Amino acid sequence: MLSISQGLFYFLSFISVLFALMVILAKNPVHSVIYLIVTFFCISGHYFMLNAQFLGIVNIIVYAGAIMVLFLFVIMFLNLNHETEPKTPILAKIAGAICGGMLLLLVVAIFNDTQLIYAQNPNNQIGLIKNLGLVLFKDYLFPFEIVSILFLAAMVGAVLLAKKDDKTKQSDII
Amino acid sequence: MDFITLIDKSVLIVIIFAVSLVTAMYSTYGERKIAAFFQDRLGPTNAGPWGLLQPLADGGKLFMKEEIIPDQANKALFILGPSIAMLTACMTSAVIPWGKDLYFFDHNIVLQVADVNIGLLYVFGVVSLGVYGALIGGWASNNKFSLMGAIRAASQNISYELAMGLSIISIIMLTGSLSLRDIVEQQAGFNWNIWYQPLAFLIFFVCALAETNRAPFDLPECETELVGGYHTEYSSMKLGFYLFAEYINMFISAAVISALFFGGYNFPFMNSIGLSSNAIALLGVGFFFIKILFFIFLFMWVRWTIPRFRYDQLMKLGWEILIPLSIVNIIITGLVILIKEGSLF
Amino acid sequence: MNTIQYKFNPSYLEDSEPLKTKLSGLKSQEMIINLGPQHPSTHGVLRLEVVTDGEIVKDVIPHLGYLHRCFEKHAETLPFNQIIPYVDRMDYVAAMNSEHAFAMGVEKMLGISEQIPKRVEYIRVLVAELNRLASHFVAIGSYGVDIGAFTPFLWMMRDREHIQRLLEWVCGARMLYNYIWIGGLFYDLPLGFEEQCEQFSTYLKPKLKESENLLINNKIFINRTANVGVLPLDLAINYGVTGPMIRASGLKYDIRKTDAYSVYPEIDFSIPIGKGEMGKTGDCWDRTYVRMQECFESIKIIDKCIEMLKKEHKRNKDFDPQALVPKKIRPQAMDFYIRAENPKGELGFFFRTDGKSDIPVRCKARSCCFSNLSVLSTISKDIYIADLIAIIGSFDFVMGEVDR
Repeated sequence: MLSISQGLFYFLSFISVLFALMVILAKNPVHSVIYLIVTFFCISGHYFMLNAQFLGIVNIIVYAGAIMVLFLFVIMFLNLNHETEPKTPILAKIAGAICGGMLLLLVVAIFNDTQLIYAQNPNNQIGLIKNLGLVLFKDYLFPFEIVSILFLAAMVGAVLLAKKDDKTKQSDII
Repeated sequence: MDFITLIDKSVLIVIIFAVSLVTAMYSTYGERKIAAFFQDRLGPTNAGPWGLLQPLADGGKLFMKEEIIPDQANKALFILGPSIAMLTACMTSAVIPWGKDLYFFDHNIVLQVADVNIGLLYVFGVVSLGVYGALIGGWASNNKFSLMGAIRAASQNISYELAMGLSIISIIMLTGSLSLRDIVEQQAGFNWNIWYQPLAFLIFFVCALAETNRAPFDLPECETELVGGYHTEYSSMKLGFYLFAEYINMFISAAVISALFFGGYNFPFMNSIGLSSNAIALLGVGFFFIKILFFIFLFMWVRWTIPRFRYDQLMKLGWEILIPLSIVNIIITGLVILIKEGSLF
Repeated sequence: MNTIQYKFNPSYLEDSEPLKTKLSGLKSQEMIINLGPQHPSTHGVLRLEVVTDGEIVKDVIPHLGYLHRCFEKHAETLPFNQIIPYVDRMDYVAAMNSEHAFAMGVEKMLGISEQIPKRVEYIRVLVAELNRLASHFVAIGSYGVDIGAFTPFLWMMRDREHIQRLLEWVCGARMLYNYIWIGGLFYDLPLGFEEQCEQFSTYLKPKLKESENLLINNKIFINRTANVGVLPLDLAINYGVTGPMIRASGLKYDIRKTDAYSVYPEIDFSIPIGKGEMGKTGDCWDRTYVRMQECFESIKIIDKCIEMLKKEHKRNKDFDPQALVPKKIRPQAMDFYIRAENPKGELGFFFRTDGKSDIPVRCKARSCCFSNLSVLSTISKDIYIADLIAIIGSFDFVMGEVDR
């Protein structure tokens, strides 16, 4: 007899794997994005079950709430219809199958050789926002700041890339 | 979780659900009456006394309308859009503390569905999902106006979420908790956050207007440019869902604003008037609703007074004014807290 | 199944709504948006073919003719006095002004314009100015809606309602009056009209100020309209733009002054022009501002008219406004052009008569809205879609007059 949390775990895992598969298998890219959002929700569910509420909700806010919106945004613009989809030649399909098979082989080989290490006496309060904050801002302050600088650099780069070097200045339009 | 608590919670959920629906329903009536008041008109008068049955008549009309799904629309997503809008609108109320605990027959009733320690983040999470309703519905309609409305909705919501989140951080710094109940409890009596954080309130209020797509930020559905924005192609109750979700969102935003800045269910002299704790709790619920209704009125007041922003002005306001202001607010709050603690120098 | 089956086919769209722009000529990021003919802010049935790059408008092509009702052809089959109701239906928000222009033209052709009693002329100017107010109210109010402010619109409509009641009292109709006849008027003013009018003008002044503060001086409104849709004066002249639009561009040009027709030379009023207070001269804000100031000027004219009607040209029993109405309207063979200042610009009528019948051989209307609208695609390049709506609204055209 499964306990409630075990049952939930299997249920969530089943759904997340199912929808992850649907992401790949869906023909319509917009559908894929929506399946991916559902997958994120399942993953957040896993976080909640691990008592990492902060991570779970941030996963929803950042990934489902912001990043996937932008994904959807871009895909909507692209207007990927069946008619405009380029036909893949058979050779490319065969090449893809071989590559994919090799990747699978590699993964299986890796998993075969690795020893899974389980954390001893994990702190089940670590996912709470207070503890996480303490860990981030006390123990790992330097890496944290480095990561934020990295993000800042990425942001500046994105802004630079997105800026059009049109002859019409923005100020003329506004 | 014992059985009685389960019943408590279920009853509470049903009540909150019903209350938010009824409030949203009568917000439409209030909107019409308030608009009429501003515009020297009478507003609805015919359906029932003072037109009080007008929302029911409207709802009935929406149900009777023909369901039209455009031929070229993506049918599944077309239906999913308004459903998501409605779902996310109804989800937020779970973490809002509606009142102090009630004690009946040795039994403690908590007037909050879920007191999670990330309550505020939960609100943001759900709000950030709300945009999918507009985005998916607008795209699935296969209409250029809808698509533009959807795009505007998405970019507007993402931009204003940032400022909204940043404006709240100063409140979190003051309270040291993300639980809405803790935040409300700390504002006991007249010790409201608005006295400490007026700027944060202003930013939050503006962002709340933008998040609920209310004028002057109603660009996603602005009828003079985009016909109906993302719900151009919708009819019948699917349209009703979108419109209704907007009113529920308004109700919830008003509740969140009152809880964060105006003491939620706290009211002045609540501990010195010498009433029993149950009476104070019930009075508190009443005061909370008065505050909520006031903010709903404020939303409408703004809508019927000022014109609409242009898209680039909206983005400018969000990114170039509100976000820097809220960051400044955070810094000032941090400095003041440090000075108070005496740990700055 | 009792459902309507409609299978979409791209060619249907091409047939029903032909495009000037070639789809193949578009860049990959551009798309065509069909604004209208059923669109909330095209003020009727104007259809705009808009080439956009996201939110930015690259090109605008107006398509006209959805409200074409063959005014000119009708006019060529009817006697002059029977054309007046058709004239009403051209610019249906300012019918009195069009009637005034038309009647004046025919009277000049007949050579009776000097004999028209002053009381008739003052009544004509009074009702025409009332109608000008009503027209400007529609323009300003609906412009508010275009910008997103709904309340000023209903305030304006409330005040317009008073005007419509007054005019209904005068002639029995609320919009399409057929009140100004060739050689006179349908009736004299009803008893007590002057007093009512006076009351209205005292009521209106503070209300108008209030509306001005709510809409035109609003910060968001200024942000939305200043420096948007700037129409330089030379461009305006080249396109034959008239009325409040050219005055907003800075030219003091008002046919009421330049032609000095009717009793306008006896009345003291000024011509407001756009000075570019909030941005460049000739932007959308200036156009709205000029309309608002013209409302105040119109009130001045109305006050003066009432004063004259009460003092110098009093009502008396023997006065018959139909006394001079000719039985047979048969002008001599000639080509004749008459123009007058309508709320929207210069409305002109060209007549060609053969001297043998009372039906004009040719009657061409020079529509002010049509000329004003023609400048649209020139000044709306590289703007936002919201600006396009703001520009359309600031033109204040009535499709009934554009298509005729």
